[in-house]
Amino acid sequence: MSALVPQALSIRLQGCAKTFRDGTRALESLDLSISAGETLVLLGPSGCGKTTTLRLIAGLEQPDAGGKVFFDDTDVTTLGIEARKIGMVFQSYALFPNMTVAQNVGYGLRILKMPKTEQQVRIREMLAMMRIEALADRRIDQLSGGQRQRVALARALAVRPQALLLDEPLTALDARLRDALRVEINQLLRSLGITTIYVTHDQAEAMALGDRIIVMSHGRVEQIGTPREIYHQPGSAFVANFIGSMNQLRGVVTPQGFTCSAGCLNWDRSGVAERVLFRPEDVSIVTSSEFAELTGVVKASFFMGDHTRLLVDVGDEAPITVLDDARCPQAVGQKLYMRVAPLGLMSI
Amino acid sequence: MIYMFLPAAAFFSAFFILPMCRLFLVGGSGAIGWRAYSVIVTDSNYFNALLATFGVALATTVTTLLIGGLVGVFLQRYRFPGRSFLMAIITLPMAFPGVVIGFMVIMLAGRQGLIGQISMALGGDRLVFAYSFLGLFLGYVYFSLPRTILTIVAAAEKLDPKLEEAARSFGANTWHVVWDVIMPGLKPALISAGAICFATAIGAFGTAFTLATRINVLPMVIYTEFTLSANIAMAAALSFVLGALTWIVLALARSAAGNTVAAAA
Repeated sequence: MSALVPQALSIRLQGCAKTFRDGTRALESLDLSISAGETLVLLGPSGCGKTTTLRLIAGLEQPDAGGKVFFDDTDVTTLGIEARKIGMVFQSYALFPNMTVAQNVGYGLRILKMPKTEQQVRIREMLAMMRIEALADRRIDQLSGGQRQRVALARALAVRPQALLLDEPLTALDARLRDALRVEINQLLRSLGITTIYVTHDQAEAMALGDRIIVMSHGRVEQIGTPREIYHQPGSAFVANFIGSMNQLRGVVTPQGFTCSAGCLNWDRSGVAERVLFRPEDVSIVTSSEFAELTGVVKASFFMGDHTRLLVDVGDEAPITVLDDARCPQAVGQKLYMRVAPLGLMSI
Repeated sequence: MIYMFLPAAAFFSAFFILPMCRLFLVGGSGAIGWRAYSVIVTDSNYFNALLATFGVALATTVTTLLIGGLVGVFLQRYRFPGRSFLMAIITLPMAFPGVVIGFMVIMLAGRQGLIGQISMALGGDRLVFAYSFLGLFLGYVYFSLPRTILTIVAAAEKLDPKLEEAARSFGANTWHVVWDVIMPGLKPALISAGAICFATAIGAFGTAFTLATRINVLPMVIYTEFTLSANIAMAAALSFVLGALTWIVLALARSAAGNTVAAAA
C-alpha cells in the first residue's frame, strides 16, 4: 500500500500570519513543522484559525508578507493550489455533481492526462481500497454521506498526492458513521504513510487520529504535542478545559498538602498553586471519611450507559464531575467521600 | 388526483391547446384551404422569412448566453465601486418598448447613426446595418441581455466555491474549472435563460417593425398578411407554424441538454 504514495513530504510554515482584507486577524504568526509521514491534527473551536492554517498549506490562501511555506526544502509560498500536488478533502465533500463516482475519482488523472487504460486501472484500485466498487457508475446525488466521503478520499488519493489535507471530513456525518470512518481513515493513513493534516473541532477525532495535535484558539497555538501530552499535561487553561472534562479546585498549599474548602489533597510539589486540576477518571469514591481527601454532596446524576456521571458540590464555585458505577450509583443528596490519584493532579 | 390535475388542464387548455387548435383550423379555412401550410415551405418569400426569423433568434440566443454568462459570473464574483448601481440599472432595457430599442439601433447604425458618421470620418464608406440582420440581432441582444445576466448572477451565487477549489487541487486550470465546474453548475440557468431569449427573439414585433426593412421576419410577414392583405387564414397558418416550430426547438434544446436535475444537485 505504501507504494501508493511517492515520497512522504515534510512541510514547514515560517512566520505565517493571515489578516483578511476586512482587517480580521485570522492567524497570528505561526511557526510549524510537520515531518514526513506524520499525521498532524489541527484542533480548536470554530474561528480558531485551524482552517486558515490548512488553507495556507494548501495554497488556497497566501500568508501575510514575511510568511513562508516550505514543502521539503522548496519555498512554495507563491505557488497556488494547482501546483502544490496535494490531495484535499472537504467537509462538504465537494464532489462534482455532473460526474459519476468513477469520473470523480478519475478527475485528477484526467487533468494529468494519464492514458485512459491506466486511468481505469487506478480508478478500480482506489474504489477497491475504499470498498466502493459497486458504486462506480452511480451519480453523486444517489450516495449517502458516508459513501460520498469515501469517494472524496478515493478522489484525493487517486493522484498519489505528496500530502493529504482534510478539512473536517467527518463533521457532516452522524455519530455512528463518524466513529466507523474514523477507524478506517486511521488505518488508511497508517498504511499509506502519507503526510496528513487533519482539521477538526472534535477532540475524540483528534486523539484517535493524530500523531501530534495542535490545539488552537483565537488564531494562536495553545499547545503542540502528542495526544497523551495534550490530555495529561495541558499547557494552558484553555487546553485543559477544551480537551476532555476537567475539574478545578481553588485553595492554598499548606504543609499537609493542597487545602481547599472540601478537604485536603495530597500535594507534594514545590511552588505555589492557587488552583489544581484533575480529570473525573482520577477521582475515586471511598466508603468512609477515614480515607477521604475530599467531601461533597451529590447534586445531580446522569446515566451514561457504561457509567454514571455525578456532579458533586464541594463548596467551590463549580461542582466537580465524578464517575460512578453504572448499576448502583450514589443517590442525589448523598454525602460523598473521594480521593484523587496524585498523578492526576495538575496545576497551570 | 383528478382534482389536482384540473387546474393544470384548465391552464393548458386556455393558454395553449385551445388557441393553437383554433389557429390551426383558421389556417386551413382560406381561399387555398390546407395548402396554406405547404405554401409556407414552397413560397420562397415565406420560407426565407421563416429561416431569417430562426437564424436571428439562434444568433441572438448564442451571443446573449455568451455575453450574459461572462458578465453574470463576473458581476457575482467581483465587488467593485459602482457595482450595485450597475446591478440596479441593468434591467433598464427591459422597460423599453421594442420600438424604442429599434430607434436606438437606428441612432447607432442607421443612415444618420453614430457608426456611420465615424466610418465616414475615418474616410471610409457610410456604414449602415440597422435595417438588416445585424440591426435586428443587436436590438434583440440588447433587450435579452439584462434578463440573462440576472438569471446567471442568481445561479452563480449558488455555485459551491469548494467545487472549484477541489478541481484546482488536481491542477485544473481556468479552462478546466469553467468547463468542469462552472458550466455544469450554470447549465439549468443557461437553458432557461436561453429558452426565454430564443422565444422572445422569435416573436419580437416592435423592434422588427421599426428595423426590418431589408430583412423579412415572420412576425412582420404575419402583420402584413393580416392588416394589408386581409389574408387572415395565411396569417393564422404562419402563426401556427411559428408557434409549433418554436416549441419544438425549445423541447429539443431541453432534452439535448440532458438531465438538468443532476447538474443542479
